[in-house]
Amino acid sequence: MYKSLLISSGFHLFVIFFAAISLPFIAKKPLQIPPIVSVELIQISDKTNIEYAPKAKKIIEKVKKEEEKLVSEQAPPKKVKKEKPDSIPMPDLEVEKVQKLEEKKQNPVLEDKKIKQFSEFEKDELFDPNSIAALIDKSKEESSETNIKNNKVTQSQDKSMNLSQLTLSEEDALKAQIFGCWSIPLGLPYNENLLVRIRLKLKPDGTVIKSEILDHARMNKPGQSFYKVLAESALRAVQLCQPLRVPSTGYERWKDLQLNFDAREMLEG
Amino acid sequence: MKRLIKIITIIFFLGFSNSFALIKVDITRGNLNPLPIAVSALSADKKTNEELNKDIKIKNLGIEISKVVENNLKNSGLFNPLDSNAFLQKPDVAHLKPRFEDWSLIKAQALITGKIIYENEKLRVEFRLWDVLAGKEILALAFTTAPNNWRRVGHIITDKVYKRLTGEEGYFDTRIIYVSEKGPKTKRIKKLAIMDQDGFNTKYLTLGNELVLTPRFNPTNQMVTYLSYFRNLPRVYLLDIETGIQEVVGDFPGMTFAPRFSPNGKKIIMSFANDGNSDIYTMDLENRIVERITNHPSIDTSPSFSPDGKFITFNSDRSGYQQIYTMRSDGSKIKRISFGKGLYGTPVWSPRGDLIAFTKLHKGKFYIGVMRTDGTGERLLTENYYQEAPSWSPNGRVLIFYRETKTGSDGKGFSAKLWSIDLTGYNEREILTETDASDPSWSSLLSK
Repeated sequence: MYKSLLISSGFHLFVIFFAAISLPFIAKKPLQIPPIVSVELIQISDKTNIEYAPKAKKIIEKVKKEEEKLVSEQAPPKKVKKEKPDSIPMPDLEVEKVQKLEEKKQNPVLEDKKIKQFSEFEKDELFDPNSIAALIDKSKEESSETNIKNNKVTQSQDKSMNLSQLTLSEEDALKAQIFGCWSIPLGLPYNENLLVRIRLKLKPDGTVIKSEILDHARMNKPGQSFYKVLAESALRAVQLCQPLRVPSTGYERWKDLQLNFDAREMLEG
Repeated sequence: MKRLIKIITIIFFLGFSNSFALIKVDITRGNLNPLPIAVSALSADKKTNEELNKDIKIKNLGIEISKVVENNLKNSGLFNPLDSNAFLQKPDVAHLKPRFEDWSLIKAQALITGKIIYENEKLRVEFRLWDVLAGKEILALAFTTAPNNWRRVGHIITDKVYKRLTGEEGYFDTRIIYVSEKGPKTKRIKKLAIMDQDGFNTKYLTLGNELVLTPRFNPTNQMVTYLSYFRNLPRVYLLDIETGIQEVVGDFPGMTFAPRFSPNGKKIIMSFANDGNSDIYTMDLENRIVERITNHPSIDTSPSFSPDGKFITFNSDRSGYQQIYTMRSDGSKIKRISFGKGLYGTPVWSPRGDLIAFTKLHKGKFYIGVMRTDGTGERLLTENYYQEAPSWSPNGRVLIFYRETKTGSDGKGFSAKLWSIDLTGYNEREILTETDASDPSWSSLLSK
């Protein structure tokens, strides 16, 4: 009797002790981090390094030079000179061409006209070079501010960061990729639960080994035929996005991944 | 004791399992771009092609049917059919087993293949819908029909594909009834005409001796109610499409207009005008009992039932200006729902029940718009010089209406055409008709 009482009280003590240690972990809610928009610092020159970009750069530089010259020199008498060749009545065609070409090299104002006559493609991209230059400048200022903020956030997160989470920028990269791949079916009802949970098994390079719909049973329920359409669209998005933009390190962390596709926000908005 | 240790270890691991939680990523945005789809021509063997050419004078029916499907999908605005010149696989091989790599190479996300067989004067059409990215078949069906029905087969295939990929009923195997118009504006000849929703297979139902207006289908698409003139008085008529028999609805001592069927097809709701006052009436088609629904000295007209038959929307000028109202089907609980600037008219309850389409006149411009049934969330979809009479597609996603152009100072240049627009407001298209056209009304799905 005494012995069993001892065992019982010992066991109770152990359970209380254990609960005191481990229960806070179980009860602990995942950190409610407000939706922080992570800002990646990108060298614009790297990102805009596409075919027409070098030309665009040149054009912007030229325009800047023009502006400088126009401000500093302020030489209207030169313009008067330009009119002279035009006013000559009917010179030989070839001679006129040569003259005009030479003028173009000397006079930035005329080159401006030349720029405007570039291909349609470039026109669209560069309808107003000055405004683009202004935009670039602004973004630099803004990014320098967010840079400081961003650093603060990531530092504090590093301390509290759970090993089993993606960093904000990792998560954002993945999200942005899948946003682009997911064609939301437009025939979905507005007032239903439009959440599809998909569990993925990934290779280290981000290709999908296995994808599984978690609420599979819901597909065949009566009145839930839209769910099948939605689930398939989510699976298509995953297939289309392969290989997924996963972090280059920590494969163990994200080899199993769950994607929660929720169409409600898009359809209501 | 061993058991105790086991339990303790299990509890221990449970306690710490939290730290190995699965990574979850929420995807709350996507794109609403049209889905790239490849419509491979339906394949047919030589014998089928030769016999069909002999019987219905069409050389390659498989290609023609796939064109109907492609055109329907494109017009819906939700699909982007890919150029068939880019297809790498032959239709007959693709129908057996598509090489999905080839189709995903041209960015197709879905693929339609099929074949036709002509046997014993019957056309058998089978088709398969493939999910290219998942590499599997997601729908396979076959139909047998008379070869002359081949366009309908194309529409039915589109409906099935549309439903499978969007989760919503299609609206392609449907017809549109409208008023065909010819001649100068002062002396228009108006006939009732009926056509497929894509503008083909037009048939004329009346000769054009009398003026006709506002035709509407009943739920089974067998009967049409419309406005015509009887002893120089506008009266509501009923026409059986198959037999061609017409009759005047009810014996009213004045003019009746703006008719529409109730959702079960047993009643007609309309306006009846007497001594400058018009109110809303219903007539039971079985026992011909007439019931007065509204009783107000103002002009109440354009009634339309909700799909469950419990409510009616109509327009009235009881507030001083023409506005939209709703009430119970017995005429109680009348409630004004439109409060925007301008005049509101021709309200039509969506077949889904969630929206009411209307025409709005504001500052000399006409708008087609939709609002929720309580009047909130008003959205104007399109604006023009003159347009009115919206009618819903059976799935409640698209509206058809007519638009008139301005007549020039010389009296020329006037035209009336049918247009459709979807609820997003982006996909606006003209529906080509043989003549000028007005007052369109969309049927329900012919095959369910």
